[in-house]
Amino acid sequence: MKFGVLVFPGSNCDHDAYHALKHIHGIDTTFIWHKETEIGSVDAIIVPGGFSYGDYLRSGAIARFSPVMNAVADFASGGGPVLGICNGFQILLEARLLPGTMMANEQLRFTCKLVHLKCESRNTPFTGSVPDTQTLRMPVAHGEGNYYADDELYKKLLDRNQVVFRYCDANGNITPESNPNGSVGNIAGICNESRNVVGMMPHPERAVEKRLGSDHGRFLFNSVIDNLSYAVNS
Amino acid sequence: MAKSKHSEPEVTIELAREHGLIDEEYEKIREYLGRTPTFTELGVYSVMWSEHCSYKNSVAVLKTLPKSGKNLLVGAGEENAGLVDIGDGLACAFKIESHNHPSAVEPYQGAATGVGGIHRDIFTMGARPVAALNSLRFGSMSEPRVRYLLDGVVRGIADYGNSFGVPTVGGEIYFDKSYEGNPLVNAMSVGIVKHEDTASAVADGVGNPVLIVGASTGRDGIHGATFASEEISEKSEAKRPSVQVGDPFTEKLLLEATLEALKTGAIVGIQDMGAAGISCSSSEMSAKTGVGMHVDLDKVPLREADMSAYEILLSESQERMLIVAHKGREQEVMDVFAKWDLNAVVIGEVTDTGRVVYLRDGKVKADMPADSLVLGGGAPVYIRETSKPEYLEKTGSTDISSYVDVADVQETMLALLQSPNIASKRWVYEQYDYMVRTNTVTGPGPSDAGVVRIKDSKKALAVTTDCNGRYVYLNPRKGGQIAVAEAARNIVCAGGKPMAITNCLNFGNPYKPEVYWTFKEAVGGMGDACEVFETPVTGGNVSFYNENPRGAIFPTPVIGMLGLIEDCEKHTTPAGFQTAGDDIIYVGASRSGIDGTEYLSFLHDLTAGDAPDLDMEFERALQQTVLRAIHEGLVSSAHDLSDGGLAISLIEKTIFSGIGANVRLDLPGQNVVEQLFSEAQSGILLSVSPERREELTSLFREADIPAYHLGVVEGDRLIIEDFADIPVETLRSIYEGVVPDAVSGNAAAATPV
Repeated sequence: MKFGVLVFPGSNCDHDAYHALKHIHGIDTTFIWHKETEIGSVDAIIVPGGFSYGDYLRSGAIARFSPVMNAVADFASGGGPVLGICNGFQILLEARLLPGTMMANEQLRFTCKLVHLKCESRNTPFTGSVPDTQTLRMPVAHGEGNYYADDELYKKLLDRNQVVFRYCDANGNITPESNPNGSVGNIAGICNESRNVVGMMPHPERAVEKRLGSDHGRFLFNSVIDNLSYAVNS
Repeated sequence: MAKSKHSEPEVTIELAREHGLIDEEYEKIREYLGRTPTFTELGVYSVMWSEHCSYKNSVAVLKTLPKSGKNLLVGAGEENAGLVDIGDGLACAFKIESHNHPSAVEPYQGAATGVGGIHRDIFTMGARPVAALNSLRFGSMSEPRVRYLLDGVVRGIADYGNSFGVPTVGGEIYFDKSYEGNPLVNAMSVGIVKHEDTASAVADGVGNPVLIVGASTGRDGIHGATFASEEISEKSEAKRPSVQVGDPFTEKLLLEATLEALKTGAIVGIQDMGAAGISCSSSEMSAKTGVGMHVDLDKVPLREADMSAYEILLSESQERMLIVAHKGREQEVMDVFAKWDLNAVVIGEVTDTGRVVYLRDGKVKADMPADSLVLGGGAPVYIRETSKPEYLEKTGSTDISSYVDVADVQETMLALLQSPNIASKRWVYEQYDYMVRTNTVTGPGPSDAGVVRIKDSKKALAVTTDCNGRYVYLNPRKGGQIAVAEAARNIVCAGGKPMAITNCLNFGNPYKPEVYWTFKEAVGGMGDACEVFETPVTGGNVSFYNENPRGAIFPTPVIGMLGLIEDCEKHTTPAGFQTAGDDIIYVGASRSGIDGTEYLSFLHDLTAGDAPDLDMEFERALQQTVLRAIHEGLVSSAHDLSDGGLAISLIEKTIFSGIGANVRLDLPGQNVVEQLFSEAQSGILLSVSPERREELTSLFREADIPAYHLGVVEGDRLIIEDFADIPVETLRSIYEGVVPDAVSGNAAAATPV
């Protein structure tokens, strides 16, 4: 089993994702440079956080044109699991691999803090093993995490169960106070219709060691590792 | 051939004066050159000899600071930043620098480029930046202009640091009217490098190619260094074009490309371009080894094609480096930069003439001895006149004894908690990414120092910045000592051993004898303390001319301290209470005197008395014993007493944990106000499990340091005898509400009750 972590100019959570997978989960992991046109033999792809191309335009708007993104699209349409984290989520939206759009945080400021998340769907490769008994604790760190879907899309997302994470309070209640950026319906993460591409603003790769505040991100990585092992064995 | 596009004005003594040079300096230039300088040369000398680059008015005093220690790998001023051996074959490069003047007129870009500049100083040494801190000073938030500056500075730091991808793990902010119109923005960067990967800022090897890499050169920041060497005035607004513009994305690419290029082994020396751009980097690198450089400015990638030699040499465009490569291996360097889509162009070569020669349009525009330009070489050195400031007479003799009585202790505590200097700075630090790179064990906020672990090692770095300008104002020598002592205390409370300091000396106009007296005294005090705490000075930065039309700022020598935590897992110690049932122990000096306190300043609008008491030998023994107790696993939490004294330290320990406390005031202070609000130094609040309490207190007994059992961690209220009984939730809500209210323009929150 092998994971690939994309590296765009301006990615800055690429090493964090690599560390989480390689050193905490013990999974063979490789960096994939954005100028590559092929992604090689990887079983899952992480599109990491950061400020690709500086994100001076709209976040992710330039990165989607990187040569590697065609290969990522092919990988995704073949059913390969892809997780976009923070800027990675923004890039997947811009690449239309996920529906909806991202706006600047409601308060118009960057925000970095630990939040609580409710996992709304375990039917994705990244959430299959998330326990349904607890809320998840993970950091957010973004200036543009205000996810927007118009009424029609929002309804579609609900109908198809594509909302994967919502911001909540410590007890799992979806409240306005627990929403760090004003995103519609407190949405923190979604998946595509085929459910293999997931994008989320919170950082599971920053939550894999208790020492640093939380290890709930491990549920996500364990999920995809379990999922892939199952696929390999069956 | 058409007339040169870049004809230069005639150089006269008047023109030299306009460049900020004094007559004597102009004569000195003529002497070095044996002729009248060209216009371009005049420009280069004026920036290189500006206070900012030459340290001409401070270097003689700085030489008195202790600069040696067994862990120092590079001495102060030898390279772009200090380098400290932290074991396991690793070294830590760290430095703090000011960007006060640019931030005063253009807060966003001023602060952003301050962050960018200090990170470049670190990675130009081959070190990867792992942590950033900042030390900020502003006027009162009741002023709209101050709120504008605060907002811009914080956004600038956030946008640059977050995009660059280095966590901002600590720092401090103070608000005082003395900083109105002249905010202080000091940025610190901390990096890690393997010993063998350390890079040096030297030019060597005649015939070796000189490359400029990174961003193109534009007209931004011309004379930025000169601007930073004069007082802020109404005219300063017109200097906005002197402020550089930052591009964190390019800096991120430059970081990765630089570290990758250094690994090729093709690089002889490298220096970042900050103040005075190409002139400074080329002359300093040359002077270091006594070589020269021949540079063709026509080859420099420009943003605007018609820039003159003068403009190109003085441009302070950001995100650029100068590299000397081994002859024949320059292509290896250029390939790495090409991978990162960055410029890397050979613009000249190293010569044996000892002169820096710059050509434009194929003609020599400047030809100067490299050594004549630089600090430690031909740059002027002055020892300025000093005189003890008259204000000290007044502040020292003010009778403050009537302020030690209060009617209602609880009300006083709650009122003091509303000082923006004490209240939570969450509004600020949550705008910074303090977690990126997943090494932040302790971030900003509920902590005495930021703690950053080192992956693949048991160790962690503890880092802090400290300075209470009010103390330095009231007693410059003792204030300088306290800044170091408090930084060390913060490192110790976090579980680290103080290793070394960098400093950023923010003062007024050095030509004013009273300012220069405080400068000399404060530096002297800092030196005293660095000897005692065995934390040598690895370098730093001096920022003079911090004045506004109403006078000088509080003298503010900010200390950036590096500490080493040997065992991150076992020794890192939190500031807040940890477990209900733990005993609360106060260790340290008696709580006497309300001199210089936040209590007097915020509640009585009085900056008076002496600086708080400090006995450095006692402080050292206290710190060593606390560290020993931490190493022996006896300490659940540790938090030092600083602004607001015991009362605020207790309050913070409850807020950080959400657990209450029940305490008695058994300290041998004079009365309750002194016990609670004195800012006498050398005090630390510990919590310990009841089973280990005797073990802990006996350690302090052996060291002859008073230890008092104040009470117990319990419940959800802070109870102090009959004086106070407050729900922790109430304390938290006040503590968290002050700054957000104040920045939104709610003046009530920003003025004393």
